[in-house]
Amino acid sequence: MNIEVTSSTESQKCYQKMIDVKTLVNDFVVRFANTNGTGSASANNMFAKAILRMGIPVSAKNIFPSNIQGMPTWYEVRVSEKNYLGRRGGKSEMVVAMNAQSIDADVNSVMAGGYFLYDSSKNLPDRLIREDINYLGIPISNICLKEYSDPRQRQLFKNVIYVGALAASLNMDFTVLKGLVRDQFKGKEKLITPNIYALELGYQYANKHFMCPLAIQVQGRDLAKNRIMVDGNTASGLGAVYGGATVVGWYPITPSTSVIEKFASYCNRLRIDPASGKKNYAIVQVEDELAAIGVAIGAGWNGARAFTATSGPGVSLMTEFLGLAYFTEIPMVLINVQRAGPSTGMPTRTQQSDILSCAYASHGDTKQILLFPANPTECFEMGAQAFDIADQCQTPVIIMSDLDLGMNDHLTDEFVWQDSHAYQKGKILNREQLDELQAYGRYLDVDSDGICYRTVPGTHPEKGAYFNRGTSRDHYARYTEKPEHYVDNVDRLSQKFKTAVNYLPKPEINQDKKKAQIALLYFGTTSHPMNEAIDELNSQGITADTLRIKAFPFHYDIAAFIQAYKEVFVIEQNRDGQMKTLLVNELQLEPKKLISILNYDGLSMTSYQVVQGVLRHFAKKNSDKSINKKVG
Amino acid sequence: MSFIKSTFKHPRLPKNDLGLTYRDYEGALSTLCAGCGHDALTSAIVQACHELSIEPHKVAKISGIGCSSKAPNYFLSKAHGFNSVHGRMPSVATGANLANQELLYLTMSGDGDSASIGFGQFAHVVRRQLNMVYMVANNGVYGLTKGQLAATADKGVKNKAGDLSLFSDIDLCVMALQLGATFVARSFSGDKKQLVPLIKAAISHKGFAFIDIVSPCVTFNNHNGSTRSYDYVHDHITTGAVADFVPVKTEITSNAQEGDCEDVCLHDGSIMRIKKLNEDYNSHNASKAIMAIEQHKSQGEILTGLFYLEPTASDFHDINDTCDTALNKLEQEVLCPGNRVLSGINESFR
Repeated sequence: MNIEVTSSTESQKCYQKMIDVKTLVNDFVVRFANTNGTGSASANNMFAKAILRMGIPVSAKNIFPSNIQGMPTWYEVRVSEKNYLGRRGGKSEMVVAMNAQSIDADVNSVMAGGYFLYDSSKNLPDRLIREDINYLGIPISNICLKEYSDPRQRQLFKNVIYVGALAASLNMDFTVLKGLVRDQFKGKEKLITPNIYALELGYQYANKHFMCPLAIQVQGRDLAKNRIMVDGNTASGLGAVYGGATVVGWYPITPSTSVIEKFASYCNRLRIDPASGKKNYAIVQVEDELAAIGVAIGAGWNGARAFTATSGPGVSLMTEFLGLAYFTEIPMVLINVQRAGPSTGMPTRTQQSDILSCAYASHGDTKQILLFPANPTECFEMGAQAFDIADQCQTPVIIMSDLDLGMNDHLTDEFVWQDSHAYQKGKILNREQLDELQAYGRYLDVDSDGICYRTVPGTHPEKGAYFNRGTSRDHYARYTEKPEHYVDNVDRLSQKFKTAVNYLPKPEINQDKKKAQIALLYFGTTSHPMNEAIDELNSQGITADTLRIKAFPFHYDIAAFIQAYKEVFVIEQNRDGQMKTLLVNELQLEPKKLISILNYDGLSMTSYQVVQGVLRHFAKKNSDKSINKKVG
Repeated sequence: MSFIKSTFKHPRLPKNDLGLTYRDYEGALSTLCAGCGHDALTSAIVQACHELSIEPHKVAKISGIGCSSKAPNYFLSKAHGFNSVHGRMPSVATGANLANQELLYLTMSGDGDSASIGFGQFAHVVRRQLNMVYMVANNGVYGLTKGQLAATADKGVKNKAGDLSLFSDIDLCVMALQLGATFVARSFSGDKKQLVPLIKAAISHKGFAFIDIVSPCVTFNNHNGSTRSYDYVHDHITTGAVADFVPVKTEITSNAQEGDCEDVCLHDGSIMRIKKLNEDYNSHNASKAIMAIEQHKSQGEILTGLFYLEPTASDFHDINDTCDTALNKLEQEVLCPGNRVLSGINESFR
């Protein structure tokens, strides 16, 4: 079926070629190509959220440049009734092309039979015409030129207009969109009418000129359940509020900045003393990451719950202080929103490449506690729990988020706080407890678990004071260079690290009683494509058991799980297989036993990459076997 | 252990308002070189705290790395101390102060710690107006690494090994004045009469108080040709005014009112009585203070005394509008908004 439709704008001709497409309901990807700094991300997010409000699972990924204005940026929305919310990879069913700079690549990113929605104010050059896709032209620039006089509005409403057009094209519930606009501009009511008007402009145009609904479309469902859509940084910032953090030192760095910004805005709402109007918190933007973690350590030493957030380059700067906090046993929380390194790397792209630099951060024999949240719900939970763990273990806790988790909106279980949960402050002595003590030694291992009793400055007039130092010390915090004192101390720290396992979240294990054919081990955001990958493997006759790591030091179940299989795939987002290295090193494993499946291109891992990683390994093994046979 | 400090206390040692003697303010036995200026500074701190009847456990001592930063171990053993990392005392002190504004923050640093590796942290803690006493024991030389020149060493001087100081020196008082410190002074560890009142005033001052203390290194910077040796400092020290500290509720005796005196009332009600020794002296004008320091320096003199004092300064917590309770004392019911609030927040993500 080939039809030609002429657009309503007088001078421009828009060719809309329709080819037969299999109808796809609630299972497609829309890729938006925009120019950064034009307000497109919030319009695209509105589109995604509207689909969520129709009860259909959706994921949104903002693939943006390290730039403020003028460079190409993409936004991928995946609609999946099957809850496949990781990146699918490959081409998209629909591309909304709003950036002339990237339009050549964007045309090519449309799946055969898919749709290419573009601004038809100017004719498309011939080189952009493909025979196997559908073209949907809207003269958006012309519409905006006619409708708006303010240049900024002309720009902003372009985005809203194409969202309106998508609503008609994909059969979205228009009232849902209108409701979203009303919610979004609560408090700024003036903006509601013009935004809805712009949505209408796009909606009407598409209804009139396209064959709506298209073959890809949405149908309302009730599959979102108790899920919300939020980014991980908002969740960790909120988690820190719930976890009782009061002191923050920080230095801006992408992609961690919004952790602190969200913490600050929630504090501004939830942490103002009702009687005095004063702040029950203190946030200070300091001169660099060294100072940021110094502030957290100073506050942690002084008995407040304190944290900072950063990314790779900041972690590098913080390592000396992380060693101090490890050795002086000061609780604090560091949220590391990882990005693609090394060096400046790709500041706006995602990776899990700080595993080793964080696990062993700082010189000398050091080990740090790591938590690996996989979704915003866990960012919230671990964002709060990390403060308990830090206090209980008297050491830094590093939350290993990443750019994909931190900055993209994810469909995730709603946040729940157990009101019965009391903050776990660990072994900290108050004045009365000190009164009862005969002698106090900061580093006396009274309970033989490696964790000693600490005191906070100002607690007791006579007892409990000690000179906290990064130098070697005896049980009473006195400087010592005696070999036996030093060894005793660092061995106790090892013991403490073993004890820490008891306070950390356990791995999530899905294991068939009879054991599946393969075992997959993953953590953090590599879990997003896993349900799709496992379904795909199953469809190819391969069954898989899985383990998701949630914390380091490793829980005993992890060693047991790996033990149960001949080979285990370790899926991660870095070049060198850092988690594999950590597992091999910490669990004394035979390296060959762990097979890496890696993605490190800066984009989040796709189910395709996982499946291919597994299949390639078996293909290679089979060919090795046949080679061996021939040689033999 | 070969270094054991006597715990004997003379029964008739004078007691302060808290019933504590000088010895209650002492720390561990110093392991610095015999004759080190830092030990004199330490004893001035002990004297100031004793005379002001500071509760020892209400003090937090924080330092960086270096000979100077070891010193907090040698005073106020009933106070918690934190010997942090090189050049980073200011950030640790910031965090500690943010967590609890009720303690007195007596912090120590050295020339390497503040003027080199920690120069950035020094500058920014001044800007932050933290309520703390920041003392630099300044000897112009790296003691713990055996005699390298510091950034505060005068250009053109030689260290003990004969190496020339090639680059212009950093004057931390001038920096502090430029960056908006509300209390800036310089003193000499060998001049307790000047130093003790300055430390007391710095403690009473609300806001950031900086004291640069010239504190000669007997081992590595006490030779001929050094401008930080005991002899050189004795011969070239000068002061713009004699400052005396009058604690709260002390009756002002007629004696002290003689001469050209100015009384400056500090935050806690105590008084800094300043007797001018020259006409140009003005403790209320930072830029004039900078000029005076530079002028004396060009004449080969080390100007000491109180350079600048802004008695009604505000501190970080005023600016931040922090609640009156120390943040480290806030209870969970104040800090945690609870699940009911959370369900409202969940709604904003649908």
